[in-house]
Amino acid sequence: MAKDANQSVEGSIRWALVVDLDRCTGCQACVVACHAENNMQIVGEKEAAYGRWTHWIIIHRYWEGEYPNVKARFMPVMCQQCTEAPCEPVCPVFATYHNEEGLNAQIYNRCIGTRFCGNACPYKVRVYNWFRPEFPEPLAEQLNPDVSIRTRGIIEKCTFCIQRIRRTEIDARAEGRSPADGEIQPACVQTCPTSALLFGDLNDPDSRVSQLAHSHRSFRLLPELGTDPGVIYLKGGEVNV
Amino acid sequence: MSEASPNQPKHANHPDQMPEFEERLLLAERKDWEINEAVLQPMFKTGRGFWILVAILGAIVLWGLYAWGYLIYWGMGTSGKNRPVYWALFITTFVFWVGISHAGTMISAVLRLLKADWRRPITRGAEAMTAFALLMAGLYPLIHLGRVWKFYWMIPYPNNRFMWPNFQSPLMWDLVAIFTYLIGSSLYLYLALIPDMAMARDYTDGWRFKLYRVLALGWRGTEAEWHKLHRALGIFSVAIIPIFLSVHSIVSWDFAVTVQPRWHSTIFAPYFVIGAVYSGLSALASILIIVRRSMRLQEFLRSEHFDSLGKLVLVAGMAWVYFWFAGFIVEWYGNEPIVRELIHEEVSGRLAPFFYLQMSANVIPIILLVFKRIRTTPVLLLGTTLLVNVGMFTERALIVIGSLQRNDLPFNWGSYRPTWVEISIVAMTFAGFALLYTLFSRIIPFVPVWEIKEGRLRYTLRRIGRLLVPTAAEME
Repeated sequence: MAKDANQSVEGSIRWALVVDLDRCTGCQACVVACHAENNMQIVGEKEAAYGRWTHWIIIHRYWEGEYPNVKARFMPVMCQQCTEAPCEPVCPVFATYHNEEGLNAQIYNRCIGTRFCGNACPYKVRVYNWFRPEFPEPLAEQLNPDVSIRTRGIIEKCTFCIQRIRRTEIDARAEGRSPADGEIQPACVQTCPTSALLFGDLNDPDSRVSQLAHSHRSFRLLPELGTDPGVIYLKGGEVNV
Repeated sequence: MSEASPNQPKHANHPDQMPEFEERLLLAERKDWEINEAVLQPMFKTGRGFWILVAILGAIVLWGLYAWGYLIYWGMGTSGKNRPVYWALFITTFVFWVGISHAGTMISAVLRLLKADWRRPITRGAEAMTAFALLMAGLYPLIHLGRVWKFYWMIPYPNNRFMWPNFQSPLMWDLVAIFTYLIGSSLYLYLALIPDMAMARDYTDGWRFKLYRVLALGWRGTEAEWHKLHRALGIFSVAIIPIFLSVHSIVSWDFAVTVQPRWHSTIFAPYFVIGAVYSGLSALASILIIVRRSMRLQEFLRSEHFDSLGKLVLVAGMAWVYFWFAGFIVEWYGNEPIVRELIHEEVSGRLAPFFYLQMSANVIPIILLVFKRIRTTPVLLLGTTLLVNVGMFTERALIVIGSLQRNDLPFNWGSYRPTWVEISIVAMTFAGFALLYTLFSRIIPFVPVWEIKEGRLRYTLRRIGRLLVPTAAEME
């Protein structure tokens, strides 16, 4: 199932996200944008401290070196949209599956909350709705009508803002063309103040994403697991943040 | 056994009989009706202690049901789980109960095939333990669901969306395996019960008579009926062994098929099976000691049975240590960073108390059970076998909860605290198991009378010269 037969076919799409760690400042603007775009519930300080936040992007913060020469390193980790996704085969009800654009899709209505995918995911980017979501005023006024609000008891995760992908695709098709490179912008990409994030089609050899994917700075997260992620990290020069 | 039952016959007729033969159940000089009476009488005696026990267990079950309702109403957040620890006490206890359920088949099917005659008085207690433990285990896949009211989506049924469950998922294998095992072991328990139901029917009146008449299915004890029963039991004994091996293998694959460090291990299936046998046999010994005392079945559950059962526990325990070591040493030598981190956590870190509790509670009983005095003294054996299950529960908790706290990306590490909801629900299944077992023991003859009578046909004492020798006749 995980094998995407279309992936190598010329003209097919595989959405990918490039994360330039040399540019990332760890400002969490992408996390906030993602929350606003995707109607994520806000769990509060106490629950978040217990590891129950619902961020689809988790900014990993690692310390490097010994005091006083300490450097903070940031790494935004969102759903890696793996080609060989460990989360997909373990779901007993097909709530998570692979779509033809290389995305690992989550069907909220189908999820019954076994949390098996959350355990199987090596990146631990699948978050669970522990309680019924509540949106205090005025947050309730800004919910995105393109995205459903998830009930409690189900798993959710980064979708690469599939609602934005679809809208751009539909608009482009109406004009009789394909979406141009860089035309589709997930909320995090649009928001990133340092342009550390870039979205595009990995199967299009001319796209910036696929060119950066072949850069000497590129790597994937936990490549030894063979998940073939759709998120490409860039890390090269010594940048002090 | 030191404490002699008051109605145990004195072997005054055989002054030269060797003392150890005197202890053999199948050689005891009893009439058939005396055996019937001795099994049936304790069932009718429901004293104050019995009802107090039922009331306490029932109260715990009701409280646990309230906790479950609370969990469903407010959401899974009322349990102590969080992001890296998506499975915790519920899955731990699930694995524990599936493990307990393994001894019933182990005892009755394997030993029936091996024609080990010491199994005869304990088979029913073991099979009942299997059925009730599986019932308790079967609750957990429901309890741990985020949306339990949608559980039927896991059942393959025709529907207008043409949606079928995903048989790639180990949870589906679980569902199938546990359901098969529950049906198989219940049928197996019931088949061996039919002749005793008929016996009880002939000895009782009132509501019991009506109940037993239905359950006996019109059994009359003709030659053809016995022939069919033996055939059916023979088929079931063979067929249920692969099921019993598959169930805990599949439970282990819930963990082993993921890429989670410490779970992703090829030895998990046999390791889980042998651990299940170890904890199941220990639980059986504990339960038999308690039932023997409370129902005064000293006559049927003798030191010879506990001696043999203790030896089986000993063998299973040694095999468990072997499998544990075979898994552990490879992971330790492999020295992958996260696995090393987890092993350090266990051996010298936050998880160390649980690790050493697990190791001592699983290894000390093996040393103790070497001694015959411990195997045959009820109180000591009870303590030893309870210790095994403390160790096995801790082992499952370490595997499920301990491993999940660490994973490949250190920023995702976490910890876990259980809440009152989880503890209440776990207590509910322990109390529910005890309650079902207690009620069962007063309704169903706890000792399979026909098996004992059949075994007694096999054994006779023959005099060779001046020596009395027990001889076994070949049957079947």
